[in-house]
Amino acid sequence: MAEAFIYDAVRTPRGKGRNTGSLHEVTALSLATQALQAIRDRNNLDTSKVDDVVLGCVSPVGEQGSDIARIAVLNADYAETTAGVQINRFCASGLEACNMAAAKVISGEADMAIGGGVESMSRVPMGSDGGAWASDPSIAIKSYFAPQGIGADTIATKYGFSRDDVDAYAVESQKRAATAWKEGRFAKSIVPVKDQMGAIILAHDEHMRPDTTMQSLASLDASFIAQGTMMPGFDAIIQQRYPELETINHVHHAGNSSGIVDGASAVLIGNKKMAKATGMKPRAKIIAMASIGSEPSIMLTGPEFVACKALAKAGMKPEDIDLYELNEAFASVVLRFMQALNIPHDKINVCGGAIAMGHPLGATGGMILGTVLDELERTGKETALITLCVGAGMGTATIIQRV
Amino acid sequence: MENFKTNLDADGVLHIAFNVPGKTMNTITGGVMKEMGELVAEIKGNDAIKGAVLYSGKDNGFCAGADLGEIGGGSMDADKKLSEDEKLKKSFEQGFSLNRSLRALETCGKPVACALEGLALGGGLEIALACHYRVAADNPKIQFGLPEAKVGLLPGAGGTQRLPRLIGVMNAMPHLLQGTSMNPQEALKKGVVGAVVPAGETVAAAKAWVLANPNAVAPWDVKGYRVKDGPYSPGGGMTFVGGNAMLSKTTYGNYPAQKAIMSAVFEGVQVPIDAALRIETRYFLKNMASPSAKAMVRSLFLSTQALAKGANRPQGFDKYEIKKVSVLGAGMMGAGIAYVQAMAGIETVLIDQSQEAAEKGKDYSKKLLDKAVSRGKMTQEKADAVLALITPTTDYAHVKKSDLVIEAVFENREIKAEVTQKAEAMLGPNAVFGSNTSTLPITSLATASKRPKNFIGVHFFSPVDKMGLVEIIMGKKTTQETLAKAVDYVLKIKKTPIVVNDSRGFYTSRCFGTYVQEGQEMLAEGIKPAIIENVGRMTGMPVPPLSMADEVALDLAYKVGQQTKKDLGNKWVATPSQLIIEEMVEGLGRFGRKNKKGFYDYKEDGTKAIWPGLTSVVPTKIHEADPAMVKEYKNRLLYRQALETARCFEEGVITDPRDADIGSILGWGFAPYTGGTVSFMDGIGIANFVAEAERLAKKYGPRFKPNKLLKDMAKNGETFYGRFGGEAAKKAA
Repeated sequence: MAEAFIYDAVRTPRGKGRNTGSLHEVTALSLATQALQAIRDRNNLDTSKVDDVVLGCVSPVGEQGSDIARIAVLNADYAETTAGVQINRFCASGLEACNMAAAKVISGEADMAIGGGVESMSRVPMGSDGGAWASDPSIAIKSYFAPQGIGADTIATKYGFSRDDVDAYAVESQKRAATAWKEGRFAKSIVPVKDQMGAIILAHDEHMRPDTTMQSLASLDASFIAQGTMMPGFDAIIQQRYPELETINHVHHAGNSSGIVDGASAVLIGNKKMAKATGMKPRAKIIAMASIGSEPSIMLTGPEFVACKALAKAGMKPEDIDLYELNEAFASVVLRFMQALNIPHDKINVCGGAIAMGHPLGATGGMILGTVLDELERTGKETALITLCVGAGMGTATIIQRV
Repeated sequence: MENFKTNLDADGVLHIAFNVPGKTMNTITGGVMKEMGELVAEIKGNDAIKGAVLYSGKDNGFCAGADLGEIGGGSMDADKKLSEDEKLKKSFEQGFSLNRSLRALETCGKPVACALEGLALGGGLEIALACHYRVAADNPKIQFGLPEAKVGLLPGAGGTQRLPRLIGVMNAMPHLLQGTSMNPQEALKKGVVGAVVPAGETVAAAKAWVLANPNAVAPWDVKGYRVKDGPYSPGGGMTFVGGNAMLSKTTYGNYPAQKAIMSAVFEGVQVPIDAALRIETRYFLKNMASPSAKAMVRSLFLSTQALAKGANRPQGFDKYEIKKVSVLGAGMMGAGIAYVQAMAGIETVLIDQSQEAAEKGKDYSKKLLDKAVSRGKMTQEKADAVLALITPTTDYAHVKKSDLVIEAVFENREIKAEVTQKAEAMLGPNAVFGSNTSTLPITSLATASKRPKNFIGVHFFSPVDKMGLVEIIMGKKTTQETLAKAVDYVLKIKKTPIVVNDSRGFYTSRCFGTYVQEGQEMLAEGIKPAIIENVGRMTGMPVPPLSMADEVALDLAYKVGQQTKKDLGNKWVATPSQLIIEEMVEGLGRFGRKNKKGFYDYKEDGTKAIWPGLTSVVPTKIHEADPAMVKEYKNRLLYRQALETARCFEEGVITDPRDADIGSILGWGFAPYTGGTVSFMDGIGIANFVAEAERLAKKYGPRFKPNKLLKDMAKNGETFYGRFGGEAAKKAA
């Protein structure tokens, strides 16, 4: 069986995901195209050797619809023979795309493939693709559907994280992201987004608020009180699944949840023989991959279980991992993960995360994979585990090791 | 045709008078369904007919819906030669017949209008909706609605499809899910009817519309029609996301009909009407096959109606005219009883130890009446007249000439004996003495009476003005005549009577008590209080067990326990839950809501939270509960109540399954979706019920042991309705 290696990873900066964001006037296709062009150009890649491009995209409708991966391949002027496929595992789509690309390499289907993703949340709003879960009574009621924010607040309640705990985590995320930018830790992977003329339109993550303090967060009202306790009252539903909770403590708000942003990522993955053929040097080996289903109504506890699954596949223990990268969907998700696996804060999300920089749904997995790879190289560390919580109760994880 | 009388007028408009022979009110019988097909064929096939107007041949309304007696008695095809799939298809063919006829009416190519001079409910409204146009008489008392969900059914004659198409999904949902009705003006505003005209003019208006609209088709048959707020339309999504959530929140997924309605609408509005009607019929039949639907129709419709008409009154006694009733004790119960009596036009004497207390009891009525006046539900004159019927006093001389006395003093034998004797001294020989005790055996209370034949239990529920049930308890010496009089009294004050025989706690308090006790047993096992409470809600009981214990008052439970201890002597065995109550009351002075300290802490702002110190009384051992555990706990709470009901049958405390079912639902809110405690057991199947009870007994203790009656019934394959029901019930079971 072949092995899969990461040769390179790029990401765009993340623009604010609203109509005043810098990337709102850039199409999703252009974001994906620029990421694909960047990874080609900086590696002098002969794209005829890229068998497939797998891109995550969570709202694949409108301009993001109809297999944006293949359309971006064409738009980026890749070889006509390079295929493209869009996939959706909600928030882990970008990482799942990398895992699928790696799986193609490992299985021998591909010698080289690109994983990554794209999401213009300002142009194609979250939820644009509909879906049965919340709407179809046949599944909504029996699976105790509640929105993610309610799930995040339920995690905080069930596992004992107070408003101060989640806010403190958010402040630290902002601080770490600011430091990482200041020290240029992202420079290796960031490819500035260019406008229609070719001028740089955004070169940094614009969602960050480095001056965030406990006091500034304290002024924000919790976001999910109304839908939890009044209309339609999701707390009463999640309590049917978690009857041990007398009430739900609503602690999350815009300041301690992932930001809505636009962006794209691309990760070049190939077998060993591609190193010889192209002269490129692999940066890391993918040593384990996993996805898992978890209880859907609380929705966001999957990372714990999928991390254990991936670690078991790799024959590793939690302490064997040098750096963890867990998408900061909500502060409580990371706090619960650290609590469950006994992970010290200085080993996880060391450059900040989506609370500070945003979470462009389909692209994030590829972004944080690149971020932690850069960080392993910068600090001379060996192993990293990347994971994300996923809608409808799932988790996806990847373990990488520098070579 | 028997049910439709037709007359073709000179303008070519067919006048169709809907008039089901032998029924006071039009209902949709098997005959109506059959003839609907013939009627449509006539309209379509006869070239002389230009259009049609459908109206009622009765003056009390258009149609009250399906004949639930027929539905309640029907059953799936039992032909053993058919495969499962063939049986399902055959049942669909039968179930779809009315939908097929109404769809044929809607697509007959000629305009059909419905003239509504009176109510149209359920299938009645659905027939009207299948016409191209509706015109209603301007009378705010007329009700239009689809109340099927209230008795566990779906509107199954196109209602789940035509109403959302006509007025939008969002507007239609409350009518479909909660059975909310509307009057003609509301119906006009929503677009359910096209016009409202003066009473008596609907047929003319309908005919005028028919002549003016020769090419009428339903809006959904116009090319390009789309439901405006379907699940994936802009703005429509939240109707379903929110609707599912609201449904789950309010019903805990317990009511199959509501879920089926949501699904029928969700799936139906995404496809053309013909497919939509098929979907509706499939959900209708699937729901009908659930034990819940049958049990709900039987209990919430058929039995409730029967009991409200005096089904359990012994025959052979003249109706007892009740003009004057004295109520002893002007506390919460006495005050409430005085109010419902006065509302029924009964001259009421309200007696207490002090004039002040008696006046305070009367003030309760004043408050309720003032509220009714301020809300425009009653005139000031009427309210004054009602209030004037109540005489608050301390003087037993006022009891004279009472037809009935209701004793509602404290649960203390000595006080009860004293007031009984005082009142009886004033009573005529035929007057009835009723005690509103909720726990003390009637036969023992009757020993204080000189006329135990006239002594009977008349057990009201709190708050009296809202609770529809009265439990009548026969003492050993109570006569059938006294019972007949008590039933007449209960019917006069517009409550539903059930009749039971004497026992500690009678039927309702005794069975309900097991629910509260089981909650405390669970607490004693170390199950986290929040789990007990949330599971209690999920059983469909109105109040969770620990909350209920606080409401009833822990010190009252304590006192009842002490009294029972005294009465039973050395036969008494302390249960863990009784020990908890003793600790809460004796040791900690936590009496429940009344002193703002019970299993909960009651805060100044009116909110409450489980008392954190409860874990020091009972350490928590079970901190979380997955769905399998929830199911187990739900069963514990429901089985206890059902097992106690079975014991009441064995002991002869209760004898009629209808009394048991209705008593459980109206008396203490036993999970209405089950149809009541008896239907709950019948629905599970007695053999299954016994097996599960035996499993629970092994795991949790002998309180779950099924009695001999249940085991016998399991062995014989019997049901409660089959063994204890009347002839009709036996047949249906």
